[in-house]
Amino acid sequence: MIPEIGYGALLVALVLAVYGSAAAGIGGHTGRAAYVESAQHAALGVFVLVTLAFALLTYAFLVFDFSVRYVAANTNRGTPFYYRITAVWGALEGSIILWAWMIAMYTLIVILRHRRNAREFYPWVLTVLLSVLAFFLLVMTVPAPPFQRLTPAPADGRGLNPLLEDSGMITHPVALYLGFTGFTVPFAFAIAALITRRVGDAWITTTRRWTIVAWYFLSLGLLIGGWWSYHVLGWGGYWAWDPVENAAFMPWLTGTAFLHSVMIQERRRMLKLWNIALVVLTFSLTLFGTFLTRSGVIASVHAFTQGSIGMFFLTFLALVVLGALALLALRWDDLRGQGELDSVVSRESTFLLNNVMLVAAAFTVFFGTVFPLLAEATRGVKVSVGAPFFNSVNVPLFLGLIFLMGVGPLIAWRRASLNNLVRNFLWPVTIGVVAAAVFRLLGVRSALAVLTLALTVFVAATIAVDFARATRARGRLGERLLPAMGGLLVRHNRRYGGFVIHLGILLVAVGVTGSQAWSVQDELTLRRGESTELAGYRVRFDGLAASEESNHFKVTGTFTVTNGRGHPLTLSPAKKFYPRDQTPIAYVDYKLGLREDVYLVLGDFARDGSQATVKLQVNRLVSWIWLGGVVLTLGTALAVLPERRKTA
Amino acid sequence: MRRAWRWLMPLAALPVLALLAYGFRIDTRAIPSPLVGRPAAAFTLTTFGGEPVSLEAHRGRVVVVNFWASWCNPACYDEAPVLERGWRAYRERGVAVLGVDIQDTPEAAQKFIRDFSLTFPNAPDPGGKVSIDYGVYGVPETFFIDRHGRIRVKHVGALTDGLFREHVDRLLAEPA
Repeated sequence: MIPEIGYGALLVALVLAVYGSAAAGIGGHTGRAAYVESAQHAALGVFVLVTLAFALLTYAFLVFDFSVRYVAANTNRGTPFYYRITAVWGALEGSIILWAWMIAMYTLIVILRHRRNAREFYPWVLTVLLSVLAFFLLVMTVPAPPFQRLTPAPADGRGLNPLLEDSGMITHPVALYLGFTGFTVPFAFAIAALITRRVGDAWITTTRRWTIVAWYFLSLGLLIGGWWSYHVLGWGGYWAWDPVENAAFMPWLTGTAFLHSVMIQERRRMLKLWNIALVVLTFSLTLFGTFLTRSGVIASVHAFTQGSIGMFFLTFLALVVLGALALLALRWDDLRGQGELDSVVSRESTFLLNNVMLVAAAFTVFFGTVFPLLAEATRGVKVSVGAPFFNSVNVPLFLGLIFLMGVGPLIAWRRASLNNLVRNFLWPVTIGVVAAAVFRLLGVRSALAVLTLALTVFVAATIAVDFARATRARGRLGERLLPAMGGLLVRHNRRYGGFVIHLGILLVAVGVTGSQAWSVQDELTLRRGESTELAGYRVRFDGLAASEESNHFKVTGTFTVTNGRGHPLTLSPAKKFYPRDQTPIAYVDYKLGLREDVYLVLGDFARDGSQATVKLQVNRLVSWIWLGGVVLTLGTALAVLPERRKTA
Repeated sequence: MRRAWRWLMPLAALPVLALLAYGFRIDTRAIPSPLVGRPAAAFTLTTFGGEPVSLEAHRGRVVVVNFWASWCNPACYDEAPVLERGWRAYRERGVAVLGVDIQDTPEAAQKFIRDFSLTFPNAPDPGGKVSIDYGVYGVPETFFIDRHGRIRVKHVGALTDGLFREHVDRLLAEPA
């Protein structure tokens, strides 16, 4: 019965979403509240039905209901409990249902929060949200139905892709999708602003928290994806410029640009057109990402299976892009800014430059990602664009962005006087230059690494200077040190939340720099009892053991690692053999550290355990990247706190 | 800004969308097999029914060798009826369909054969020797072998009736 009930729920939800979208539009157009009210009920109905469908699918996974084709294709009786839950969104159809459920949930929150405080936009916001939902529901009823009956029901299922049997797979897609879908809300408000011709800052202030939250989840999704890649795939890296990684990175870049450019509009009434264009671009890029992953147009390790679904996504993408841009063209005259740039040396222009760089980075990533397609279309050759291209074009842009991260928050609005510049930047620049010299003296040879680290120190110094100065100002008013610091964070939570997020990004930058510049690796075959040495670590191969796990066969190597101090460490990298896969899956073992990680991957081995090939890596500063994620989380939490009325 | 200019933005999006649409026309899954055009590796297996089955015995005929598994879901489930229909339609014209079941348990495989009422010979591949010879890296994969014993087409993924007919008709039309 599950396939039929689930399919029915999705079908009814589709009808409701189409109806609600139209009703809200009529309500917005005629101003008749009854229509909007009715659309609201429809949206609630959609939420309930999609939740029901999602719960049913999860249930089918938990009880191994192989009469559901999707369940049979993505699990088998050996799949452990947790991974049966993650398997729900492990493949195409389930990922779409999760996606739709998140939009439905966001729509519910919009209804609860903005029903009264954004009256003029509200009907149109509902229209947009319900239209997007209708699209995803259409996908689930036609090209990618999660509820399809499989007859005859097989005795056992095919099983989950073994690479997805990892805790990172619980959180990575969820965070990423929360980010992707989160941008639907600012997009809906932007479209509502265009339709109602209220393109002032109202839509921006209303969606500020939405944007930060979406941006945060997207960042988190990217970081967890990196973590998964680092500890599961066993190549010791966390980012490969794979088309699908790029697909998630592009909206992150434009979303970051948007987070910054809205501040200019709020403060100076400039960049109205730009802001709406950025939000349209960001939302379109999230759709492009889904299109890329699910159409099979570009080959990628992440790609889901292909089918007619690609056409659906492309059509929807075209409707969104062309529709939104046409609306933008129609409202052109309303979108003229009121302010003018007063000086090149000002916060406005720094932010503008930051935006140009972020969008340029997004463009180069886009170009690199679709270039194989372009080459085949124009010259008929198959090419692939790899990391060297992306690194060489993006590294200078990112360095520039880090620099601006230090300048932007402190430089004066309108026109920075020499006095302002000296007051804010004399110390940070000095500290940055000294840091560069120190790094050099400490033996950092790579100029790129010196530059990046010095820039990071510079930015950290600007934040410290600002914070110290503000604390001192409160101190003069009679507050003691700690309450003054705490009060600053809480009262100016938006500003200092932003600073904390910047610190998180700096940590990521240090981690990336360190791991690129100083990681070392070696690959060699050891006989039992034999040792090797790398970067001060001595690694001894102690033997192999085999074990039968619930759904695979596992060969584990035991290695003893010593580095002259502390207790010797036992690392047990393994190879997992899944019955349906020809190639075994690596199980990496590692010891994380703030300074460096020891990272072991088991390669080929002799069946009798007499010898084994091992890849040994000492990866520098990688943990800083994950630490950056934690700091980012704290900063976001601070930034989205409700703003307190300033009393002091 | 002049009125017409503002329409440049939506217009600029058109070529990008067109390029993405072009992506549907290319097949990123078409991985050429080095085996195409080469003689098919000989094999002798024992079917689930206990009969011997060998490629050699079908020399001079068009042979369709299909690699499958009962856990291969949904592709093999979609494909099984296609193979059975193809076998029934073409056996009179001298076409042989051979199924090779890989990495499977005999019970599950026999249930699969019963469920789909398969009548063409199906044999397990103990030790995976045949699948290694044919460079199989996933199921289902199907090889179309011509009358001279050469592999002419390697198909990855589920077959359709149309594809089955297309390849077999072409090989049948060739002079023996």
